[in-house]
Amino acid sequence: MIEPSLTARIERVYRDEHGRVVASLARRFGDLDIAEDAAGEALLVALERWPVDGVPANPGGWLTTTATRRAIDRIRRENQRDAKHQAAAMIIDPTPHEPAGAVDDDRLRLIFVCCHPALAPEARVALTLRLLGGLTVAEIARAFLVPETTMAQRITRAKAKIKAAHIPFRVPGAEDIADRRAAVLAVLYLVFNEGYLASGGADPIRADLTAEAIRLTRTVRELLPDDGEVAGLLALMLLTEARHRSRVAGGELVTLDEQDRSGWDRGLIDEGHALVREQLAAVSAGGPPPGRYQLLAAINAVHTDARDARDTDWNQIVRLYDQLQLVEPTAIVALNRAVALAEIDGPDVALAITDRLELAGYHAWHATRADLLRRLGRGDEARHEYDAAIAATENSAEIGYLTRRRDQLRPQPEA
Amino acid sequence: MAQYLLSVPATSADYEDVDYTDPAIQQMFADTGKFNDQLQADGHWVFAGGLTNVTDATVVDGTGDDVIVTDGPFAESKEFLGGFWVIEAPDLDTALKLAAAGSKACQGKVEVRPLQGDPTAE
Repeated sequence: MIEPSLTARIERVYRDEHGRVVASLARRFGDLDIAEDAAGEALLVALERWPVDGVPANPGGWLTTTATRRAIDRIRRENQRDAKHQAAAMIIDPTPHEPAGAVDDDRLRLIFVCCHPALAPEARVALTLRLLGGLTVAEIARAFLVPETTMAQRITRAKAKIKAAHIPFRVPGAEDIADRRAAVLAVLYLVFNEGYLASGGADPIRADLTAEAIRLTRTVRELLPDDGEVAGLLALMLLTEARHRSRVAGGELVTLDEQDRSGWDRGLIDEGHALVREQLAAVSAGGPPPGRYQLLAAINAVHTDARDARDTDWNQIVRLYDQLQLVEPTAIVALNRAVALAEIDGPDVALAITDRLELAGYHAWHATRADLLRRLGRGDEARHEYDAAIAATENSAEIGYLTRRRDQLRPQPEA
Repeated sequence: MAQYLLSVPATSADYEDVDYTDPAIQQMFADTGKFNDQLQADGHWVFAGGLTNVTDATVVDGTGDDVIVTDGPFAESKEFLGGFWVIEAPDLDTALKLAAAGSKACQGKVEVRPLQGDPTAE
């Protein structure tokens, strides 16, 4: 009988090393299915052997070697059955193996395959979590509230397309890297946001998903250390995650101005601030102008810099939103800018801006308007907007917060 | 090397009352010709063609004892295949780049689909 804590430890090591193992095998055998299956078999061997022999000094290397042997065994077996077919599968990647040290490049290649623009966005997320993150299909299905068979099919289809359409196992060239990297970051941010404010389900915050997104973003940062947007996304995630303990109280969402700031994670905030400072220095040293993630991180750095909500430097935040609007001229950015502007120019100015945004049906638009109307003493209209916001979200903590706010409005005078 | 079908959808409006003296139409033909030349020069070209209107289609069913010939396409739909390229490319990224250039040249959307098998298996 294996100690449960050891099983958990082996599974953690396996998850940490999964991307490395799959990437290395995918490169060697040119086949994601073979790579994924062999990685799974290596875990079974590890669960059998490590409790007896102890966890090896280099578990990643051990798993890769074991998985490689298993893959070769399988190819030999199938070779005897169908020599021609397997010979074809072996030669998809004709590029020679790079010397040691190129191993991490395999992981980077794998990320770009998983987040390829020819795959549907939901398939990109699923593949990234499965192959790079080492999550099981069941875990990913639970995370996105779809049946396991649906998720399995999504992943199988995406892998079939990668194979049939010859999506290359390669880091994109200089001319494409910016677009392709943006697709990768979008996948990571989507995973994070689903954890940060779950779109439905029993848990309003999914700490497993935010942690996974941070872990994967750290990996990407390791692989692309000079990329400002990667650093920006990591900082944004850290500064957001730092507040998570204070974000929900008694099953209700707590807004930024009402959060208990002593509950914020100083370690994450310090790390996030250091990343933001590093990016500011890079920009002022003549680097490329900050992109959306760096600007969002900077906004969060200003928020987390204030010991008390009243100390928030709103002018700075509005300036950062002005910059963000140039990079990302969307209604959602304009809405967030309006929230900040309300602190300087008053709720009436902010409300006038939200009037012009075509965001009806978006929960945050209704919630923002509800709050601004409440502050302006327009209770009936505020109540109406709270109802619209509640109808537009399925997050239990957000519904709890909005309902309480709505019910705190002064009762309407009898007609 | 893999082969891909690049297909361009059309609607019947693309075949009715087309003014071939329209400079925009002439430009489109010129650009498409240039794109074809480039495909050949770069070794991507396998085959290409533009199709006549879908009203010219005939469906033949030889699966039964009697061959059945029917006027019209497989399925009536607003959009149908108007033209295509079959190209050779090392991977999807290259095929997508060529499709983007082809789309710009012929002023239409392009669907990229891999052909089955690996005809140039080493």
